[in-house]
Amino acid sequence: MMLRLSNVQKSFIEPDGTPLPVLDIARFEVAAGEQMVLVGRSGCGKTTLLHVIAGISRPDRGQVEVHGCDIATLPEAGRDRFRADNIGYVFQTFNLLPGFSALENVLLGMTFARGRADGERAATLLNRVGLGHRLTHKPAMLSVGEQQRVAVARALANRPKLLLADEPTANVDSRNQQQIIDLIRQTCGEEQVTLVLVTHTPEVAGQFPRVERLDEFNQAVAT
Amino acid sequence: MSLWKIAWRSIEQRSLASCLTAVSMALGVALVVTVLVIHSVVDHFFRHSSQGYDMIVGATKGGRLQLVLNTVYHLSQPVENLPYRFYKEFLKDGEHPGKFSSLVDVAVPLCLGDSYDEFRVVGTTPAMLEAWEPYQKYEFAAGRNFEHENFFEGVIGSVVANATGLKVGDTFQPTHGVEATEGSHKHDAFTVVGILKPTGTPNDRALFINMEGFYMLRGHAKEEEQEGRGQKAEGGMDAEHEEHGEHEDDAMHDEHHEHADEHHDDKRAGDADHEHEEHAKGQHAENGEAEHGHEDYDEHEHEEHEHGHAHTPLPESQREVTAILVRSSATNVMASMNLVRMINKGNEAQAVLPAREIQTLLDMIIGNLRFLLLALSVLIVIVAGIGIMVSIYNSMSDRRREIAVMRSLGARRSTVLNVILLESILLSVGGGAAGWLLGHGVVVGASPWVQAHTGFALGRFEFSPWEAALLPALVLLASLVGYLPGLAAYRTDVAKALSAAP
Repeated sequence: MMLRLSNVQKSFIEPDGTPLPVLDIARFEVAAGEQMVLVGRSGCGKTTLLHVIAGISRPDRGQVEVHGCDIATLPEAGRDRFRADNIGYVFQTFNLLPGFSALENVLLGMTFARGRADGERAATLLNRVGLGHRLTHKPAMLSVGEQQRVAVARALANRPKLLLADEPTANVDSRNQQQIIDLIRQTCGEEQVTLVLVTHTPEVAGQFPRVERLDEFNQAVAT
Repeated sequence: MSLWKIAWRSIEQRSLASCLTAVSMALGVALVVTVLVIHSVVDHFFRHSSQGYDMIVGATKGGRLQLVLNTVYHLSQPVENLPYRFYKEFLKDGEHPGKFSSLVDVAVPLCLGDSYDEFRVVGTTPAMLEAWEPYQKYEFAAGRNFEHENFFEGVIGSVVANATGLKVGDTFQPTHGVEATEGSHKHDAFTVVGILKPTGTPNDRALFINMEGFYMLRGHAKEEEQEGRGQKAEGGMDAEHEEHGEHEDDAMHDEHHEHADEHHDDKRAGDADHEHEEHAKGQHAENGEAEHGHEDYDEHEHEEHEHGHAHTPLPESQREVTAILVRSSATNVMASMNLVRMINKGNEAQAVLPAREIQTLLDMIIGNLRFLLLALSVLIVIVAGIGIMVSIYNSMSDRRREIAVMRSLGARRSTVLNVILLESILLSVGGGAAGWLLGHGVVVGASPWVQAHTGFALGRFEFSPWEAALLPALVLLASLVGYLPGLAAYRTDVAKALSAAP
């Protein structure tokens, strides 16, 4: 099993001090190499769940096992290290660093993971997403679709075991949307990366063999 | 990709703010470098100006520091004079060697009190420019040293040559007094026979003339010796000049006096050639060289030379010296201390060790001045450092998401803190390097002007040892000022920053 969540609970604190439950998940599992989609209405905790899985946030209680390691028990630096080595993350807003070229954005993830960057792999990845001719272009010089492709290449740079994609097609047009989805699925397949993708778009969700509705198994928001 | 490169990219992204903060750091460091280098040169200038002699002997009236300033640096007012016989106590030659002579290797007399333009005129012996090797070697850019036998010869320093345009063969008239005033009278003309190469010492700003000629100038004979008329006649025109107005009964003196008045009051610098001819005659006659336009002289001038300018050395009884530069015996380790003790035991003279007085001067005045200037410069660097801190800190709100992305890519808190610190270090050290170049550029650029006007030789590649401390100091400052924004980066809530609208 690549991902297993058990009795995970997470709350935010309201300004008046009262806790606001966001996640309450008894069990959630994703098999190694599986490609699945999480859907759900806005505010049902999709992004928070991805943050917990990635170790960006820590659950209040419960276990978050990724590739056999309960990252909820790791200190922050340990989670950072684990994330760098094992988890790729694609954001809805791409989050490319504006001062860095496409190639450098891909190299960044490698730097933080291993302390050194593999320029050849970065260039290969960018070639694979169709941007071999745009290596030195900065994000502002790339189209929205191209930026998201760079983000995908960056997320895969460290050969992660798990790729988390948070609405990766939310900001692209329908033509680019399909290209991005095809790219992610194909690349994850080639690299044997487990994929958990969050989307609002039924057309995207419809292409995946497994679709889970978070607002159905997250007791904190279930109606 | 190294953290340095990540930090550099952040700087590039905010190029204008980065440039401005780096420039402010550059200006601060340039100021520090300039102060350090100039102080180093001044320090060297003061410490090494007296190379060659270890003692100065002068009259007891006047402070020790004043004696040093006056004789070594040609500053301040001259102190009282010593009798010539006191100087003779340092001489080995003659049937009766002086009582100090066994303790002395070199003793050079200085006669001060005259000036030319803004520069001091020093009456001395040729040894002044020859006797101090290997500690101080005087080389000639043109001409040669003045000779003992040629009373109206002189050698000028490099700064004097540049400022006045005097060349070998030109003449100059010293003015009585070290600060020329309207009432100051001009002396007889001396011929420039040599121009010194720059030495980087105060002597670049001085004119050295033959002491024998100096004694012959008006007002330079010892007054108390002028009571006897016979001596005065023998002593020549100087004594007579001193008392001009009292000699109306003496035909020769009348003639001379009239002519002297005409000569000294009416003639201007433009008449220098004429004056040179007039006064150089004595030496020429002695050397058997009469070719310098002497055919132009009228009878009156000849008469003056033969009578008024009889170039007979001034009797020793009428001579005085302002100071004696002494190098004590190298073979007697106690010579210096014994000399000081012996001289200072009496009331007539004082012996000072210039190294000690210069140390006092450096500690009391120049050291404090340097401290003040350095403190101000360092303050400017600190303010520039705070500017870097404010600049980076202000950028943190814009960069919070950027930092969160780095963290989501696996960067640890300490990594983003280090990126910010490196950014601060790059700005500080980069600005500092530019400032270092600027500071040295200013020194190099100003070097010819400073040397021409002050005699301070700012070498093209002058460095202060303290400059080596600049790099670690800048890194320390950068780390301190980068710490606050670095801490803000360190504390960034990744989930919150990623969830916030871009």
